[in-house]
Amino acid sequence: MTLDLLIHQIFSGLASGGIYASVALALVMIYQATHHVNFAQGELAMFSTYIAWSLMQTGMGYWAAFFLTVAIAFVLGVVIERVIVRPVENAPILSVVIVFIGLLVIVNSLAGWIFSYTIKPFPSPFPAEPLFGNRYVSSHELGSTAITLVVLAILFVFFRYTPLGLAMRAAAQNPESSRLVGIRVGWMLALGWGLAGAIGAIAGVMVAPTVFLEPNMMSGILLYAFAAALVGGIDSPGGAVLGGFIVGVLENVVGAVLGTELKLTVALVLIVGVLVIRPSGLFGKVHVTRV
Amino acid sequence: MAALLEVRDLHAQYGPTQVLHGLSFSVEAGGITTILGANGAGKTTTLRAVCGMVKRQGEVTLAGARIDKLATESIVRLGVAHVPDGRGTFAALSVEENLRLGAYTRRDKAEVAADYERMYGYFPRLKERFKQQAGLLSGGEQQMLAVSRALMLRPKLLLLDEPSFGLAPLVVQELFEIFKEINRRDRVSLLLVEQNAALALKVADQAYLLETGRVVISGPAEDIRNDESVRRSYLGY
Repeated sequence: MTLDLLIHQIFSGLASGGIYASVALALVMIYQATHHVNFAQGELAMFSTYIAWSLMQTGMGYWAAFFLTVAIAFVLGVVIERVIVRPVENAPILSVVIVFIGLLVIVNSLAGWIFSYTIKPFPSPFPAEPLFGNRYVSSHELGSTAITLVVLAILFVFFRYTPLGLAMRAAAQNPESSRLVGIRVGWMLALGWGLAGAIGAIAGVMVAPTVFLEPNMMSGILLYAFAAALVGGIDSPGGAVLGGFIVGVLENVVGAVLGTELKLTVALVLIVGVLVIRPSGLFGKVHVTRV
Repeated sequence: MAALLEVRDLHAQYGPTQVLHGLSFSVEAGGITTILGANGAGKTTTLRAVCGMVKRQGEVTLAGARIDKLATESIVRLGVAHVPDGRGTFAALSVEENLRLGAYTRRDKAEVAADYERMYGYFPRLKERFKQQAGLLSGGEQQMLAVSRALMLRPKLLLLDEPSFGLAPLVVQELFEIFKEINRRDRVSLLLVEQNAALALKVADQAYLLETGRVVISGPAEDIRNDESVRRSYLGY
């Protein structure tokens, strides 16, 4: 493999890594708050992407459709938490897993039923020719990575520096004490779902020009996102993001060296490897508590 | 004096197990009421029932308004702070973030800022450690943090669940001095649950003695402290 090709693979790895990072972050956000893994995360992102597509079909401009979709995905996340997840909050873990898998299948079929299974092209807001005349990375890869990074930065600031972000972290860690300081814990969980939905929607819209729009577009991506979340540590948002970029680069480079058939295998090997060698991931926190 | 908290015929249960069998008691506005009793008498449950953390029936009024149907967070927003059994600090968050959470429902920013300083005045140790993860504090420091976190709410009523538990006698003394000061200076009413009866009876003005979820003796704390037979048979000192 030439150096040129390697550099190119690393760049597109970072671009897809940004998408994995976003979906992984959405997974981690819900996991931290409820200790549930939302298997339907990818399908919700896919469905949101269809919403964006439909809006654009009505003649709406790209960015208007983009922001409206993010808002709709947020509301959708909140509604799903309130209506579907809330009732099984304290159910045994297997029931919860079944609910999430059911949600996955339902959303997937719903998308196929409404929008058909035909593959649709999806526009990119970025120019077709590479920026700055560079040879390595397309405008869309660069643009979507930039948007991912902006989203991550906004989330970081939100959780680190705003009272609401602090309240959400508190509610995730210690619901009972959170109620004792007046935090409405139920709403914080719903808000977490809303945010996860919005992040997923952005990831879906950003990846659709590359993988094309169809009901199964997110299935591979969800697998990479799982690998990313596990590599970084399922309870570490920063780890999930870094894990996303690591998985993206690894997948692309391995694909280029060993052939694209092995791309998805990379994700599975990573998942199994992490679970066997270091179950808490690279950055999974070990909380120290003195009693 | 009018009662700030009035509890009538309070029942509570965990699943099928009934723990409180019709308690009645009150906390005067600006007063200190203590609830005493042995392990398993229902002291902790009483506090949890007052602020809606367990299933309860009965009548609970705060400043004349019923609160027995409200959710915990709504009761807290009415000015009831609770330092629970086991302290309930946010172990993974910093000391400063714990205090910020205490003031979560308040919108008076300037006064909140002043209150941080007041807490650091009460407990200078917290100021030294304000960036540190709360879970790494010592037991005494965690209790100070739990109390400060509760006071950041600017409560009308402070529920304290065994604040002396597991602490060195000197720390306990310091803590109780601060309780008295909060009560006198800020007119915060206290409902204090304690195993250390001698200590609690010294600061309280009303006392209730629980046995298996019922009040067996009640009255002014001073009378109970001076009643030798009660002391011997129920309080064991």
